[in-house]
Amino acid sequence: MKLEGKKAIWSEYQKEIADDRYFYVRSCIRQNFFPGSEVAFLRIMKDVLKKDIYEHPCHTTCSGIGYHGDVVPVETTMTVVARQFAIMTEAGYTNYVPSCITSFGLYTEILETWHHFPEIKERVQENLRRATGREFEIPENLAHASDIIFKFRKEIATQAKYRLVNKYTGEPLKVVDHIGCHYAKMFPSKGVGGAEYPYVLAGMVEEWGGQVIDYPERRHCCGFGFRQYLVQANRGFSVACSREKFESMAPFRPDMIITNCPGCPMFLDRWQYVIGEMEGKTYGPNGQGIPVFTYEEVAGLVLGFDPWDLGLQMHQTSCEPVLDKIGIEYDPEEKFTLNKTLAKAKKGKIFV
Amino acid sequence: MDKHVIIIGGGIAGLEAGSKLSGQGYKVSLYEKSNRTGGHLNDWYKLFPDRRNSSEVIEYFKKIVSDSGLKIFQDTSIERIKENGNGFSIYSDKGEEVEADVIVIATGFDLFKSSRKEEYGYGIYDNVISSSDLEAMFRAGEVVRSDGKHPKRTGFVHCVGSRDEKVGNLYCSKLCCVTAVKQAIEVKELDPDAKVYCFYMDMRMGGAYYEELYREAQEEWGISFIRGKVSEVGETIDNNLIVKVEDTLLGRPLKLELDMLVLMAGMEMSEPGEKLAKASFLKTGENKFFASADHHFGSNLSSIKGVFLAGTCTMPMNITETISHARAVVPDVIDYLEKKG
Repeated sequence: MKLEGKKAIWSEYQKEIADDRYFYVRSCIRQNFFPGSEVAFLRIMKDVLKKDIYEHPCHTTCSGIGYHGDVVPVETTMTVVARQFAIMTEAGYTNYVPSCITSFGLYTEILETWHHFPEIKERVQENLRRATGREFEIPENLAHASDIIFKFRKEIATQAKYRLVNKYTGEPLKVVDHIGCHYAKMFPSKGVGGAEYPYVLAGMVEEWGGQVIDYPERRHCCGFGFRQYLVQANRGFSVACSREKFESMAPFRPDMIITNCPGCPMFLDRWQYVIGEMEGKTYGPNGQGIPVFTYEEVAGLVLGFDPWDLGLQMHQTSCEPVLDKIGIEYDPEEKFTLNKTLAKAKKGKIFV
Repeated sequence: MDKHVIIIGGGIAGLEAGSKLSGQGYKVSLYEKSNRTGGHLNDWYKLFPDRRNSSEVIEYFKKIVSDSGLKIFQDTSIERIKENGNGFSIYSDKGEEVEADVIVIATGFDLFKSSRKEEYGYGIYDNVISSSDLEAMFRAGEVVRSDGKHPKRTGFVHCVGSRDEKVGNLYCSKLCCVTAVKQAIEVKELDPDAKVYCFYMDMRMGGAYYEELYREAQEEWGISFIRGKVSEVGETIDNNLIVKVEDTLLGRPLKLELDMLVLMAGMEMSEPGEKLAKASFLKTGENKFFASADHHFGSNLSSIKGVFLAGTCTMPMNITETISHARAVVPDVIDYLEKKG
């Protein structure tokens, strides 16, 4: 593999990412799957990077999960999205930052649709006006939350307590970067690095000391794919998709997986347990799995956040092998008791 | 006969037209951007459909050039043509200005840059090569992977940069199908036990003896032709390639592990040609090549009177067609000069 070839492609896919004053919207599902990630993102933005980031209590789902699951019509979805933009407008922000990859893809798709078919935008504007009396402006800048962390990856590196380096060998950790399908596959120019060789997570990994590995099924779906999982009869296909990826990446002996989509870490994490139960097969050394992280969790770890504050105990595939390789200090007893974390939370000082 | 004809481009169209006009007694100057004439022909080993060694054709051009007295200026790019009242001035990248009565543009084509089809991994995966790279290996007498081993499973991807809306080229480059068939046979000749696959959209075997070569590839060499486009390429830890393709005849996706993948790069308007067209206000077509004044009756005429076109600067052509097109420009130029007086 020639890195120079990838660098040439990366250089062609640069996107504008706002510097400050972000309007943040959460994912529907992430707080259930990996509850520390979004909190960690906000803490990094506010306390580490000193940025103005705002989330409004009245924002809702973008309805993308229903749209891609074929249960919400596109006109409804567009009106819901218009309401989100209206709330941003009312709050005095112009830089829109969704936490969810599918939301990001959906917002991009809708903005492109309105750009090419302004009459649809007018119709949606009228629908929103009649339903809520609200008006909205198009965001000046739309970036996924992982784009923001990518933008400030160097600043995070300068404040990092740890690096993605194996303390026993001194070698960079081998990291699989898995990009959510809706990040750039529909609109390559809207993703950092494009659709074929996205750089958004690879750039973080490189900057924080790790080494990204390429493997044949890196573009393959994580197994969520909405209907693959949401339709119960298809769940065998869901786990088969994930298995395809694990089989493909296993020869490269990755130390960990980093993701930027709400569903991907869930399925790559949980299905490893299921495959272990079904086939007795694990993909890491010594009967262990390959730990799976969100990019906020990885950013939090390198910044020295407590792993249990980050919610790593919610991972079904144990994260400790990576924590040990990096040399991150943690209290094994605290993992499930959470006494210290709860005590800190009561004082509003989690992550400190 | 003191008229001055300038030919822009020293590929086979420029050499053929220039030699013929020089042979008619005109003062002819040919400007070539590189340090050699012959264009892409220099990079090819054997030619379809009869597998003639390209050196024979190169020799032909060397001979007609030396016989004709054609004056050649190498390492000189012509950047702009300007009408000057009685004829034309051309401007080179060296700051020279030369006057001429007639211009013949023969700037040829560029091979499509295969790295633009990002999903195929050219320039990223070690054993993804272009048709041009493979010709260089044929000339060297050995087809080898990056690890020095001979490939046992080779795939050819047709239509790379042709008939592809995504890269902005809707047209067919015409020659890639037959080149793939020729190269697939040559791979089998070097290793009869090798497995060879061609992934195609349609087999466009429109030239003389092309269809026969295609039949030979199937019947005598057992080359597998799979109707479907490759969707993505990945690399295993052994530097093999995992190729995903849809077999549209069987109606199902396929995944193959190959040792080498050859991309059949299409033909595009050359970059110098594109710059020249813009700077000189010469019309180009939807396919971005120079637009002829009339598709049927004036394929050698450009949008400016006195500026003529020859060869693959107008559309994809094979060598036979290019030579014919270059010869056809000669009477047009003579007719123009005689009328001009």
